[in-house]
Amino acid sequence: MDVDNSMNDVPVIDMRHITKRFGTFEANSDISLDVYCGEIHALLGENGAGKSTLMNVLYGLYKPDEGEIYLHGNKISFSSPADAINNRIGMIHQHFMLIPTLTVVENIILMSKTTSKFHLNLKTECDRLTEIIQKYGFKIDLMATVSDLSVGEQQKVEILKMLYRDAEVLIMDEPTAVLSPNEVEELFIILREIVDDGCAVIFISHKLWEVMRISDRATILRDGKKVTTVNTADCSKEDLANMMVGREITLHYEKPEIEIGEPMLQLENVCLNSDDGISVLKNINLTVRQGEILGVAGVDGNGQQELADVIHGMRKVSSGTVKVAGSDTTNCSPQTAIDCGLAHIPEDRHKRGSILEFTVAENIAMINVDKAPFTHKGIYYPQNAQKVAHRLKEEFNIRCNSVNAEMNTLSGGNQQKVILAREIYRNPKLLIAAQPSRGLDIGATESIQQLLIDKRTEGMAILLISSDLDEVLAISDRVIVLYEGEIQGEFIPGEKTFTEIGLMMTGSSSEERNSTRHGVH
Amino acid sequence: MVSTNLRKGIFARIKGSNTRSYTRLIGTLIAVLLALLLGGIVISIAGANPIEAYGVLLRGAFGSTYALSETLLRATPVLLAAIGLSISFRSNLTSIGAEGQIIIGGITSCLAGLLLPTFIPAIVRIVLIMFFGFLGGALYGIIPGFLKAKWNISETIVTIMSNYVAINVLSYLLNGPMKEVDSFYPQSAQLDDALWLPVFIKNTRLHIGLFIALAFVVIYYFFMFRLPIGFKIRAVGYNASAAEYAGVKVSASIVLAMALSGGMAGLAGTMEVFGVHHRLYNDFAAGFGFDAIAVALLGRLHPVGIVVASIFFAALQVGSGAMQRAVQVPTTIVYIIQGLLIMFVCMDKLLSNTIQQLSLKYREKKRGA
Repeated sequence: MDVDNSMNDVPVIDMRHITKRFGTFEANSDISLDVYCGEIHALLGENGAGKSTLMNVLYGLYKPDEGEIYLHGNKISFSSPADAINNRIGMIHQHFMLIPTLTVVENIILMSKTTSKFHLNLKTECDRLTEIIQKYGFKIDLMATVSDLSVGEQQKVEILKMLYRDAEVLIMDEPTAVLSPNEVEELFIILREIVDDGCAVIFISHKLWEVMRISDRATILRDGKKVTTVNTADCSKEDLANMMVGREITLHYEKPEIEIGEPMLQLENVCLNSDDGISVLKNINLTVRQGEILGVAGVDGNGQQELADVIHGMRKVSSGTVKVAGSDTTNCSPQTAIDCGLAHIPEDRHKRGSILEFTVAENIAMINVDKAPFTHKGIYYPQNAQKVAHRLKEEFNIRCNSVNAEMNTLSGGNQQKVILAREIYRNPKLLIAAQPSRGLDIGATESIQQLLIDKRTEGMAILLISSDLDEVLAISDRVIVLYEGEIQGEFIPGEKTFTEIGLMMTGSSSEERNSTRHGVH
Repeated sequence: MVSTNLRKGIFARIKGSNTRSYTRLIGTLIAVLLALLLGGIVISIAGANPIEAYGVLLRGAFGSTYALSETLLRATPVLLAAIGLSISFRSNLTSIGAEGQIIIGGITSCLAGLLLPTFIPAIVRIVLIMFFGFLGGALYGIIPGFLKAKWNISETIVTIMSNYVAINVLSYLLNGPMKEVDSFYPQSAQLDDALWLPVFIKNTRLHIGLFIALAFVVIYYFFMFRLPIGFKIRAVGYNASAAEYAGVKVSASIVLAMALSGGMAGLAGTMEVFGVHHRLYNDFAAGFGFDAIAVALLGRLHPVGIVVASIFFAALQVGSGAMQRAVQVPTTIVYIIQGLLIMFVCMDKLLSNTIQQLSLKYREKKRGA
């Protein structure tokens, strides 16, 4: 189907003047969106801009308070996602909806219309699937168990599921968040083929470069309102960023040259085996000194979390030594590591970093609660915690109703600020910042990254663990790449190209790469 | 969010909070009202006028000094055990073991009462007896706590089963080594009357255990909210891995919570033995340990809430006798009401949300008109 022709047709999705309120809060106000077959339409906006709400309205999870939705020019009203699926709209959520113990084919036919209602013949279904797989050039084993698949492969299963259900409109909620650069490329190729085949893709994202790279048009949302819809080709990355944030933003940081000081973190030959004996960290040697940021790049799940855990004393190493600020903390308790001067912004701010049911003040007091100023002569003083929290609220510009508000009433960015404030105000000697800006909007990301650079300039030693390569390259002084628990190499940002780093992140050493090249030629 | 809620038990979800305590209180009150309403229907099916029946019940529970004293007497052990359980519940440990801990506390304190030499002054002996009662319950709570902390064995299952162990140990002791010489009944010898907990209202059975229980309510509040260790126990209850990350020794905190929880139950058993029965006999715990679970739930683990809930439960039970005599409604109706109550309390969030939405709609309609 020719793209230009289809663009002139009736839009497959036409959402007109959608307004959705939660109580008095308007999550979407008067948003219109039209999507045509044959296009990838990006929905761009910061967290809380209303992207997910709008898509949930389309998908039948929410009922709009005002506005209408037209499908191929016919007015529709979905009361549940089942209606949306029956009308050939499919949504792939950020967290995959797959059953890990079932095989690929079982996952796909689950809840789908199978050939016969009463008799399940996996072979017939497999044949139907194989057709789709060959058409789009997927590489996937239908009989594999989902838990054995990589994240990228699981995402392909999700896409396959939608194609099998004959979806015409595919909504993808931040699909690249969990993928390595090479997997992102593969995804983009598949998406392009799908739209060339006459489908439409709505691509939710807050990453500018991928919107630039993949989408035909982009609709930008800000604070629940539509800013505009643009042809992506007519815009620059900066234009999109400015429309999204509503102000000028810097994507580059000044890093003053400073003296590098004493080593604050030393890991020597650290190895870690998981409970079932699999080697998770292999011979890690690294040093972080005062006044430098060491970035750890890599795709999620390649030992980053374990690395932080070992330093924090949450897991015991199998061999090797860990030194925090000069003292040997190998296999010590978390409290010992904290006492030695460690601060840690953990990767999972809900599971590890904070207690959602505690108030902001209690979350601040959580570390070192039995020490001054929180505790005097054995008695805990909540008012002291509130005082500290109040000071930090002003200093770090944390937006919350009061320091006695429960943590789960705060937005993700503000929760992260609370954790950051708690870890930094103690003036630690060593800071581990794991995915410090994950899921945050551009504004919050910018301020957190700037803060890390400021602290580094003041002489703090920082270990930055991030799967966002842009972030690692933007603020680190040195970068190491972790793949399957092994350091693949060290470089200074700017020394290596994206492609080279991408290959390091997937474990292809330069020799292997050469040999595959020879094989191709 | 949903999965976190499901992962944490019901007790973790109902933990009191500062910001939304108002709506939670409303939810609880609606739950109580609904339970009484449905109970009223059951009463009318049983052939009585529900309003009259409830009136009699109320008078039977609070209508006279004696009625009031009986209600408070009944509330005392449940209150103490519920306060203890709240520590476990706040630590996200779903302990069902108060009944067994009450029994063990009763046994250890009774043994101390029988065996402590009489040349020790009575007041010192009473303090020692309390100590042994607390210790017995605490040790019995440490077992499931340790199993949980060390090997992650379900504390719920272990505490349920240990209740039966305690019941049967008691039965063995009363039919064997501790049986009163020359007695027909399976009961221990009577305790030295110098050791009886003094009654403070004449012609009633209400003993000073009530004040001990109330003291523990205050201690509970102070411990949970003003001591670093209480803070840590609460942190572990909400999110153990975040607590561990913050430097809390999670295993130790779990064992301590279970020990304190069991200790208070043990003390409740002590007070039943030394305050009411003055000897050990088979059924002295009378299901107080199970009532305590419901009371802790209804009181939303809040000290004041638990006091109110324990009196409410005791009133239902004490007043039901009068109701049966006056309007011929069987006392078991009260257990139906209690069951309904727990059911509605568990859905209090739904109830308070529904009320909020209804009032919002009502206001909008009013504005529209």
